[in-house]
Amino acid sequence: MKPPAFKFFAPNTVEEALTLLETHGSEAKLLAGGQSLIPTMNFRLAAPEVLIDLNRVNDLDFIRQDDGNLHIGAMTRQRAVERSDVVSKLQPLLFETMPYIAHPQIRNRGTIGGSLVHADPAAELPAIALALKARFKIVNKTGERWVDANDFYTGMFGTAVEEHELLTEVMFPKSTESSGTAFKEIARRHGDYAMAGVAAVVGVDAAGQCDAARVVFLSVSDAPLLMENACKALLGTNLSAAEVDAAADIAANQDADPVGDIHASAEYRRHLVKVLFSDVVQVAAERARA
Amino acid sequence: MSDLFKVQVMVNGKSYERDVPPRLLLSDFLRHELQLTGTHVGCEHGVCGACTVLLDGEAVRSCIMLTPQVHEMTITTVEGLADDPTNLHPLQEAFREAHGLQCGFCTPGILMTLIPFLRDNPNPTEREIREGISGNICRCTGYHNIVEAVKLAAEAMSNEK
Repeated sequence: MKPPAFKFFAPNTVEEALTLLETHGSEAKLLAGGQSLIPTMNFRLAAPEVLIDLNRVNDLDFIRQDDGNLHIGAMTRQRAVERSDVVSKLQPLLFETMPYIAHPQIRNRGTIGGSLVHADPAAELPAIALALKARFKIVNKTGERWVDANDFYTGMFGTAVEEHELLTEVMFPKSTESSGTAFKEIARRHGDYAMAGVAAVVGVDAAGQCDAARVVFLSVSDAPLLMENACKALLGTNLSAAEVDAAADIAANQDADPVGDIHASAEYRRHLVKVLFSDVVQVAAERARA
Repeated sequence: MSDLFKVQVMVNGKSYERDVPPRLLLSDFLRHELQLTGTHVGCEHGVCGACTVLLDGEAVRSCIMLTPQVHEMTITTVEGLADDPTNLHPLQEAFREAHGLQCGFCTPGILMTLIPFLRDNPNPTEREIREGISGNICRCTGYHNIVEAVKLAAEAMSNEK
């Protein structure tokens, strides 16, 4: 299993990469960490004519903060995020989730931007980005634009990044002090694709009532799925076990419409949605109150 | 399509320079170009972990990297662990001692996974060891003796310090 032949370019700057994208159009594919693309090419499921390797574009490898907002360059290795004190301090949800992504060997090469743009329905990072209302910086030859997470994911392996464009950075906005977060997923073995996973951000006001909720699932739809009706049901409640379970029912029966595969039937996935929803919302609420 | 790329790379302390086609996988470069056949190739799509090598000190899967990507980087393969065959690395010694291998096919990848693992966590719990090797598939041992070997190695390596 070897990749089919391709033309290879290894630009040093974003500008060079954009010029190459413009020149080669739909024949070109961007190579980030390669932990999904190269296996796909080895299987000959993908056969790009041109590969544009971003690994020498050092400007895209950074983790920095401004005013509590966390900025991460698209080519930052997942392992660097996992080990970052800044990430741990500013975005504990992202930090908590990193070790769930595949295995250390994969995270040593895999990048933040690569995973976000690959948009695998079973990937953790897109769900985290949606839960944390991340913003995506997309550049092209004529300029740049910022896209909200709500508009970034457009379906199975689909994002707002156009053929001639490049994701350069993702920004996680400052989190509010009254919110708590939690992540959990169910996989057959550690590091395997999750059968279902969930990230929750829950806000609790001074009176102990829920004033914000964003609960996003991975692996139960063709893109990360925000449980809108269930989140609405949580607002204004005291987040008691009964109230959270009632919202979990809504998540499993109204928001989610999972399909089955060889790893998990649709019914089992629905069951996981209910159980995981209750679990992470309770943990996030406890953390918000702490 | 047949353009060659110049790759200059340090492998096990020795510098190599080669012109390679960009589609050449790092695993094949090591095995076929450099004759370092200790790196094994199992699944060739990044699942089994047999091809794990160290890239600038961190474990990576060489079957899902292109050779031009390692230009000006440093690689360690299983051949780089021991100075000579009569003087094994303590981790290799522990695998022999604890019977941590049977057919040996997965062993190089497991050893290379464990070098940075034990560097970062010199006294791992059994659970941490099992998670640490979760990205490497072994079809012989049932993992039990691999875990025992890692415990033994951790002990030997901390006594050494």
